[in-house]
Amino acid sequence: MNEKIIALQNEITEKLSQVTDLVELENIRVSALGKKGSVTALLKGMKDLSVEEKKSFGAQVNSLKELVTELIDSKAKYLKEQEIQKEIDSMPLIDITTPATPDLGSYHPITLVQRQCETIFKSMGFNVEDYAEVVTDYECFESLNIPKHHPARDMQDTYYLENGQLLKSQTSAAQNAILKKYGKNLMENGVPIKAIFPGRCFRNEATDACHENTFFQMEGVMVDKDISISNLIFFMKTMLSEVFRKDIKVRLRPGFFPFVEPGFELDISCLICGGEGCPSCKHSGWLELCPCGMIHPNVLSEGGIDPEEYTGFAFGLGLTRLAMMKYGVKDIRDLNSGRLKALSQFTDDE
Amino acid sequence: MFLSMNWIEDFVDLSGIDKLQLIHKVSLSTAEVENEIFFKGSDVTGVVVAQIVSVEDHPQSKKLHLLKVDAGDGKLTDVVCGAPNVRVGMKTAFAKVGAKLGEIEIAPRPLAGYDSFGMCCSEAELGISEDHSGIMDITEDVANGTDIKDVYAIDDIIFEVDNKSLTNRPDLWSHYGFAREIAALAGRPLRPLEVEDLTAYDNLKKIDMKIEDPLCQRYSCMQVENITRNVSPVNMRIRLYYCGMRGINFLADLTNYLMLEMGQPMHAFDSRKVEKIRIKRFDTPFTFQTLDTVERNIDENTLMICNDNTPVAIAGIMGGLDSEIVEDTTTLTLESATFDAVSIRKSTVRLAHRTDASIRYEKCLDPEMTTVAIGRFINLLKKYDQGVQVVSALTDEYAYKYDTVTLDFDKKFVDRYTGIQIDNETIVKTLTDLGFEVTLDGDDFSVVVPSWRATKDVTIKADIIEEITRIYGYDNFDINTTRSPLYPVRAEAIKTNEDRIKDTLVKRWRLHELHSYVWAYNDELKALGIEVEDNVKLANATNPNIETLRNSIIPTQLCQVKINTGYAADFGIFEIGRVVDGLNADGLCNEKKMLGITLFSKTKDIKTLYLELRDILAVLAGDIKHKTLSYKSAQPTHSYEHPVNLNTILIDDAAIGTMGIVHPAVMKKIDKKANVVFAEIDMAAFTDAATDAIVYDEPSKFPAMTYDISVEIPSGVLFQDMAACWSNDQSGLLKSTRIVDTYDTDTVHSVTIRFEFSSSERTLSSAEIQEIMDKVVEKLSEMGVTLRG
Repeated sequence: MNEKIIALQNEITEKLSQVTDLVELENIRVSALGKKGSVTALLKGMKDLSVEEKKSFGAQVNSLKELVTELIDSKAKYLKEQEIQKEIDSMPLIDITTPATPDLGSYHPITLVQRQCETIFKSMGFNVEDYAEVVTDYECFESLNIPKHHPARDMQDTYYLENGQLLKSQTSAAQNAILKKYGKNLMENGVPIKAIFPGRCFRNEATDACHENTFFQMEGVMVDKDISISNLIFFMKTMLSEVFRKDIKVRLRPGFFPFVEPGFELDISCLICGGEGCPSCKHSGWLELCPCGMIHPNVLSEGGIDPEEYTGFAFGLGLTRLAMMKYGVKDIRDLNSGRLKALSQFTDDE
Repeated sequence: MFLSMNWIEDFVDLSGIDKLQLIHKVSLSTAEVENEIFFKGSDVTGVVVAQIVSVEDHPQSKKLHLLKVDAGDGKLTDVVCGAPNVRVGMKTAFAKVGAKLGEIEIAPRPLAGYDSFGMCCSEAELGISEDHSGIMDITEDVANGTDIKDVYAIDDIIFEVDNKSLTNRPDLWSHYGFAREIAALAGRPLRPLEVEDLTAYDNLKKIDMKIEDPLCQRYSCMQVENITRNVSPVNMRIRLYYCGMRGINFLADLTNYLMLEMGQPMHAFDSRKVEKIRIKRFDTPFTFQTLDTVERNIDENTLMICNDNTPVAIAGIMGGLDSEIVEDTTTLTLESATFDAVSIRKSTVRLAHRTDASIRYEKCLDPEMTTVAIGRFINLLKKYDQGVQVVSALTDEYAYKYDTVTLDFDKKFVDRYTGIQIDNETIVKTLTDLGFEVTLDGDDFSVVVPSWRATKDVTIKADIIEEITRIYGYDNFDINTTRSPLYPVRAEAIKTNEDRIKDTLVKRWRLHELHSYVWAYNDELKALGIEVEDNVKLANATNPNIETLRNSIIPTQLCQVKINTGYAADFGIFEIGRVVDGLNADGLCNEKKMLGITLFSKTKDIKTLYLELRDILAVLAGDIKHKTLSYKSAQPTHSYEHPVNLNTILIDDAAIGTMGIVHPAVMKKIDKKANVVFAEIDMAAFTDAATDAIVYDEPSKFPAMTYDISVEIPSGVLFQDMAACWSNDQSGLLKSTRIVDTYDTDTVHSVTIRFEFSSSERTLSSAEIQEIMDKVVEKLSEMGVTLRG
């Protein structure tokens, strides 16, 4: 082998072994294999050689070229790997166990419970209605079979307004309007009336941990040809089991409300003690939750529906009470307090 | 109302039945029973009848006596006793050593130097009355050593029924009424009341009595003489005491006893004061002293019982002091009557005086009961005071008789209403047990409602369903879903919008939803220097802080921000709630549902905060309506609004709300170092605005071109005004504009606007874009907007 070639090979190999970064490597590549590179220069010195020698020398230079290219590529690969490794090694370990700061918004707990109830009833084909807070005596009482001087009016201390209207004391105040709104479709097309109407109610009473003058109820009605007490119990039990996400035991007791006949008080087995008896349920094992009943024929008639042909049930669920039970809120006044410390805790709970 | 199980058992045999189970059944089928049940007498054992054989004064004590008593056990027992009424030969209640009285266990013990082996007991110590003036004086002829419980009905189960659950059941304000229910629940027969046959006195003179007012439905009365008994029988007093009534004297106790037993209030007058009974109202108001010695104002609506023209009692509420039974009364006139329930109720409210009698009258008592009650009264009177003489015939005027209520229905009606199968036999038995007269023909029922249920309680077929099902037991019901047909349900737009707005505000903007009250908070607003604006007021507010309804959510939210300034450096709150904006043309409240948003920040400058609020609203409109909002400068109309930055918010040129910055005077009262901005949107207006359809714009295959201009904007020119210069570009090539840079100094306000052009058909040329932009720049310069060099 030509001495010049051997010397050059040794020189390049030596340089490559010293190289530590890709820029330097590129310089070596250019200085060896570039147009003016040392390997290329060898070929330029061939013009004085015989044909035979040219052939042999040319072949040797070409192998040198191949060898150098290969050495450079492999060195490049090595250096690239080195660089990535360096980047990996320089990456610090991030402590993700430091406290997170999610900074979430919040819903009012009534909204959460109301949505849960709405979702359940919507899935069973109920309309969700929106109704006024200021209503007339007719809406709140007369249309509900509670004439003037009826003792039932004593059961609720109502806020009256200067103009003779009142702040609705019960969501039932929407019943008459709902019956009128959907009655025609029921009687002409056989479409059952199925509606819930969550809303805010008002009672003129002193407030304490258990009493508020402003609270939420959710009224529900269903009217069709053969709606029965058995159906009423089914819907109440289903809704409550869904809300509390467990099988809820319910019981009915007779209860007197002028707009239903028969009327019931619905109790659920105490959520705290499961029915064994505890201070929460005054040791009875039951919690009174929801007045309900079969819509009084007079109320149906007043809503334009023939009580001989149709029956229906209605219930008035205490949403505020439900929210308190579900989330363990002990003081009802917290709900309207506007205090973010208390109320920012209620994130989405679908 | 308290009920005695012993008393109920006078009328129905409950032997072998678990009483607690039965009471539980009452709660589930009839009326709510309070949880606490009282086992009277259960803490009294070892008390016997004993006779005092000798009494010696204690040598050192004025009060104490040294007794020897015979407790029937063949020896005399030494007892030291402090009661003032001890005497030789007296029989009393004696708690022997080992006896228990509540917490106390009787043991031998020395008392003032003498050993005492037991205790003589007062009624109070036995828990059967409040009387602790002395030890019991037992007049009954019983052997010494007899257990006291064999002499008196001390053991009893007392349960309390929630009065509120009886408002519709006049018949249940009595033991006999409950006995009827319990008999039906237990499946045992109800015994009839023992009553005196009053026809035996028909030949005696009638009392001069006349109903002169339709508010009196029935008035029955009778005169008796020669009542010698003063103290009621012990067992009667025990029952009254257990049921929460204090013993007074035999006659008063007996009227109370009758009321608790039958639910019929009665009154006894001194006959000399009621020689000419007239029931009427007076045209002019006057004062009247009731037997509790209170002077009461009587008006022209209050029904009175009178002796000719002299009032002697407020009908159905309370007797007068002047006609009360007194020491020298010899002849009594017993009243048993019924009155119009609404009238009694109104009078009670007017007089602010509710009595045991009026509570019952308000419920519509059965007029059929008046004469039966007199029969029962005479029966008991003669039983306990043998010398009593009836001196008048039953005098009875029955002015208003309720119609007999007959209800016809068939089995199918019951099936449909209940949703379960209850057989005809059960229906007949249930109704019969409750006193209904039932005729069954095939599947057709005809039912006559008993008088005590027919005054208002049971009037329609649905009422019968309640009777059948409550006794059947709701726990025994099969629970079934409906078979109603299904139809699609479309939610109300305002409700869906509400949900979507809440989700966006909570999830994207991290706001907090709060609730508040529908009235203005006078005190809290005053503290912020915000005046409560004139609006509809509550007519009967008991709290002066809440008399006026609010016409906006924002003042409420400023109060809420105030109490939360320490919660975080930055936070935002919102509420979708009601306000009342005065009255409409019909005089009805103009109620509106509003979305209120208020942002608070200690870290952001006011411009950033206000634009953040602008973005929040833009997202709501863009997301829900697919629309851009526009704004109009507004003039402040409320004391909390900043005069400079206040805007009306518009969708499609229709106003949907207001946004603004809080007035600095109010701001300083909230927090000196923070900024607060607010927006209020009318939910109905927002909902009414049309939602634009989503139209797909296919991205162009040809490259887009951008063109930036930097302009200097004179004060008073809004971006919205500048946009008019290019928004009507006819080429269709301008796709979007946005601000890519802002440069502000004290004197110069300038922005760089990037215009993006593209065509779906071709590559655009610089020349055509330049042409468009030249026109834009020309128009801008017409309004004083100049290109920056």
